[in-house]
Parts: sequence; C-alpha cells; structure tokens
Amino acid sequence: MENQNKEVLYGLYDDEEILLKAVRQAKDDHLNIMDVYSPFPVHGLDPLLGLSESRLHQAGFVYGAIGTLTAFLFMSWVFTRDWPIIFGGKPYWSVPAFIPITFEVTVLFAAVGMVVTFYTICGMAPGVTNPTLDDRITDDKFCIAFQTNGASEAEVDRLRIFLSSTGASEVNSKTI
Amino acid sequence: MSAPVSPIREPLIEGGKTYHQITEDICAPTERVPSMTWIIAFMVAVSGLTLYVFCVAWTIWVGIGSWNLNRTIGWGWDITNFVWWVGIGHAGTLISAILLLFRQRWRTGVNRAAEAMTIFAVICAGQFPLIHMGRLWLGFFIFPYPNTRGPLWVNFNSPLLWDVFAISTYFIVSLLFWYTGLVPDLATVRDRATGLRRKIYNYVSFGWTGSAKHWQRWESLSLVLAGLSTPLVLSVHTIVSFDFATSVIPGWHTTIFPPYFVAGAIFSGFAMVQTLMVITRKVHGLQEYVTLQHIESMNKVILLTGTIVGVAYLTELFIAWYSGYVYEQFAFANRVLGPYWWAYLGMMTCNVLSPQLFWFKSMRRSLFWTFVMSIFVNIGMWFERFVIIATTLARDYLPSSWSYYTPTWVEIGLFVGTLGLFFTLFLIFARVAPVVAIAEIKSILKVAGDQYIGPNAKHHHEHEHETITKSTDTHH
Repeated sequence: MENQNKEVLYGLYDDEEILLKAVRQAKDDHLNIMDVYSPFPVHGLDPLLGLSESRLHQAGFVYGAIGTLTAFLFMSWVFTRDWPIIFGGKPYWSVPAFIPITFEVTVLFAAVGMVVTFYTICGMAPGVTNPTLDDRITDDKFCIAFQTNGASEAEVDRLRIFLSSTGASEVNSKTI
Repeated sequence: MSAPVSPIREPLIEGGKTYHQITEDICAPTERVPSMTWIIAFMVAVSGLTLYVFCVAWTIWVGIGSWNLNRTIGWGWDITNFVWWVGIGHAGTLISAILLLFRQRWRTGVNRAAEAMTIFAVICAGQFPLIHMGRLWLGFFIFPYPNTRGPLWVNFNSPLLWDVFAISTYFIVSLLFWYTGLVPDLATVRDRATGLRRKIYNYVSFGWTGSAKHWQRWESLSLVLAGLSTPLVLSVHTIVSFDFATSVIPGWHTTIFPPYFVAGAIFSGFAMVQTLMVITRKVHGLQEYVTLQHIESMNKVILLTGTIVGVAYLTELFIAWYSGYVYEQFAFANRVLGPYWWAYLGMMTCNVLSPQLFWFKSMRRSLFWTFVMSIFVNIGMWFERFVIIATTLARDYLPSSWSYYTPTWVEIGLFVGTLGLFFTLFLIFARVAPVVAIAEIKSILKVAGDQYIGPNAKHHHEHEHETITKSTDTHH
C-alpha cells in the first residue's frame, strides 16, 4: 500500500466504444492514463493501455507441474520405499493406477495456485476495501482515470478538456 | 465488442436492455423483501433438511443396521443417491467450462445458476459415502495423512480412493471457478447497497474495482480454469464409473462405463438445470435473460445425451449377448426381466423414450413440457443408478445368496432429506447473489441483445459493415 493519497481526475463514459476511442486518442496525445475501470472486460483495451498479456497461465502451468510431481512421487515413495504392499498381484510400482490421482492433484494445485495468485496480485482478499472512484463503474459507466499528484493547473485543465472533448458524460476529481 | 454476428443467430437478451437495466433486473431479487412463494418454498426445503439431519443422527445412533442393506446387497439407496447427485453436479461445470471453450454465448444466461447447482449437488453427493462408512467420525481415514499406524497409507490403487480425490478436487475447483466469476457481480450489488448490506457485500466482493488489468487477469484465469475443468468434469464421472467397472461383478465390469456415465451425468445435470431455471426465471422475472432460446438449447443437449445413454443401454445388452459369457448374459437378462424389471422399465421409459419428444421444436420450446421432461429425466437417471447397483448385486454368482432389497424409512428419509439440503442452499443462493452473471451478460449485449440482432434490431454498427465489406473483397 502506498502511503501517499492519489489525486485522481477521471471521466465517466456511457459506452465502451466511446471509451475505446478516447483511450486511443489519449495514446495518440501521449497522455499517461492511470487506469481504466469498466463494468465488464472491454476487448481491445489492453494493447491500447500497453498492458502485456497476463502471465497467470504460466504460473498455472508451474503449479500444475508441482502437483503432478507431488502426487506421483509421493505415491511412488509410499508404495516402493515407505510401505510396499502388493494389491491384487500387481507390481509395487503400478504406474497406471497412479494416473487418476496424479491428474486430480495436478488440476487441484493448478486451480488453487492460480486463484490464490490472482487475488494476491490484484490486491484482493475477503474483507479488503479498495478505493473506487464511482459506484456506477460496476453498473454502466466506463471510467478513464488520470493521476494528478504534482500536476500543474494547466496540465489538469488539459486532461479535463481531453476527457470532456472525447465524450465523457461526467468529469470529476477525487482523492483516493 | 461489435464482432460480426451471423444473421441466423437469435437474440439471447430480449427487451432492448441497457447496461443499467441489466444491473437493475438481475440485482432486484436480492434487494427486495422475499416473496411469499420464496418463504413457503424455503420452509418446505428446511423441513426436508431437518428430516435429513434427523435421519443422519438416527443412522449414526442406531447404526447402519437401520438400513436394509444385507450381505448380498451392500450398496443400495446410499450409493445410488451418491451417483445420482454427482451426475447432477456435472451440468454446471459443463456449461461454464466446455461451453466457454466452444464460445457458446447462450451459456452466459444460465452458467451462474448451473454452477451453483453443481456445488450444491456435489455437497449432497458427498454426504452419502461419508454416512455409508457407518463410523462417520473416522471419515478422515480416507485422506493420506501421516499417522501412528506405521504410517499405514491409504490404497492409492483403489478406485474408491480415486473417487475421494476426484470429488474433493471437483468440489474445490468448481467452488473457486464459481466464486471468482461471482466476485465482480457481488461488487455490483455492493455498489448499489447501503448500510449493513454494503458492509457484507464489501466483505464478500474482496475489494473488486473493475480495473482493466484486473479484468484481463480475470479473463485469463477464467479461461484456464475452464480448460482445467473440462478434463476434470469428464474425469470425475469416469472415476465414479471405475468404482463399478474395475470390480469383477458381471454387469459392472465393462469398458463402456466411463463414456456412458459421463453422458448420463450431463443428461441428468441439464435436466436439473431445466427444473431450476424454469422456476427461477419465472419467480425472479428473468425471462428476458433466460429465454426460450436458452431452454431450447439445453433441451437439445438433453436429447443428444439421452440418445447417447439409450445407445449405451442397447450396446450393453448386445455385448452381453455377443460375449457368450453366461454370467454376463444372465446379469443383463436379470436386469431387464428379473425382480427389478420395473426399475429397468422406468429407466428405459424416462431416459430413452421420453426425451425423443424433443425432436419437435414446439416441444423444445414449451415450458410445460420442458419442466415435465426434466422431472422425468431426473427420475429416470435415479432408476438407472438403482438398476446398475441393486439389481446387479441382488443376483450374484451363488443362488443361495440371492436377495431382494427395499429401503427403510431411514434410507428414504436420507434421500428426501438431501433434496431439502439442496433446495435450502439453492434458495439461499437465489436470494443473496445474482443468479445470472451480470458482467458476462453485459459483455454479450451488443452481439446478442434483441435491439442489435434478430428481426427487431434497430442498431447497426459501422464495424459490421466494415467486416462485411472486407470479407466480400477477399472473395473477388
């Protein structure tokens, strides 16, 4: 958590297509957008904001691989080293019989690992309150936010003009 | 957003909704005082739950002897109910995972409720193997934990242990998938609420803000969880079928079991989704989000999977005859004509014959018939599991051990009781959380709303024309 409060100037748009045009305009004008908030994922936004593809799925692969190894090596250790027992005349190390559990544990580790990672990197957890700019962002408003800490009056005015000229239905500022 | 849409696609959202109207419509049932219908339904469900608690207590106090299981028939209503509930619990993940991968937009109307149903059905399913153990308080023995008996580990080669892993993994992954999808919608409810409700929804929405990066990660997570859940959902009922198929009992020891069980699971799961959605859409006034188009799509799945199940029944009979193996032949002759002939007949009628009604479009789009059929399928699939389990065990290798089995009031009470448990959970869910995925509905509005596509479309996008022009260019 940053100690310094953020001064934010933000515009609310009524439609994701107007928002996309505005974000494109901001990119052309070299304006530094702090964040964009929307009630649902707006496709085509990520490249405009310069967001690189999420690496969450790579993390998922690693968690899954850990699950595979954990399950398979554990069962192998139990049945060949720790307490070998013959079941139904099969070899101690009966690999085909280990497949179902290995698969389930792989999925379990990958899913749990990814979900925990997702909430952690997004700064989310039960009971956490992250500051929001407007209650209608989870309803029908699309928001472009600029951070204005230390910005001069002229710069703030320029951003304000940008927001209203690109079709924002409301322009407000808030300290979060 | 404005991807080209085939003109033959029917709208999935009716009523010319705006984004705000969608929020209003779907959040409203969580914000108003419960209706009388809901209160009555809830009281009935809680009565069922009370019966369940009583019967579990009775079983533990008196012992498994309070059931009518015997040396020959060791699995009766308990395991029948377990398999029935697990099967029902397959539709949610199928709708949300497999249909997500197939880019079927109609899933957005029903996925939330179906996933919730999945989780509650798996909770009900999990009860039976646990109570069936007899000594419930030793239930933790099924997990491989270091113990003072050696440590003596569980048998990792046993399909029953595979089941423990499959069902637990399935429950956890479905729960995470469902809840992660729910978080943005809970934030929507939070931002509309005041006072204590706002505090509660703030707690459960984990501090969601709707930031672009968060949405990107959320979508990435949903896609990978869908990719993981798809083989998972197929593995779960496959492993349930291994409980039977890896044994050496004629009638169980067949390789057809995994695909046949999975098809049956999807079949019964969709039927339960229909039962719930036909009522929920009416009670919550969500007819414009769960349209006849959705109902029809699900009825098509029911027709397909019902027919697959029918083919499996006939294949089993044929292979039993063709195998030339007398015990196998006897097992199947006994299933059809033996003491439980009525269960077989019920299964065949409800699962194979009755879904054929859905070849007719008017039937697929009739709410009355959809509801009736969904109940039929639920009954039929219960009979299927009963037929597989009880009839097979009742006539084993030694005629001197042959037996017959009817449940006691405790076993019936446990089954009716889990229905109470299931509906209690579902009714609570329908009161406190949005039963339709708000964010997902909004994201398909411009390609599936009736003001954009279909006969009443008013808006046309310049992008669509661009794409059409481009595609004609390439043809020349």
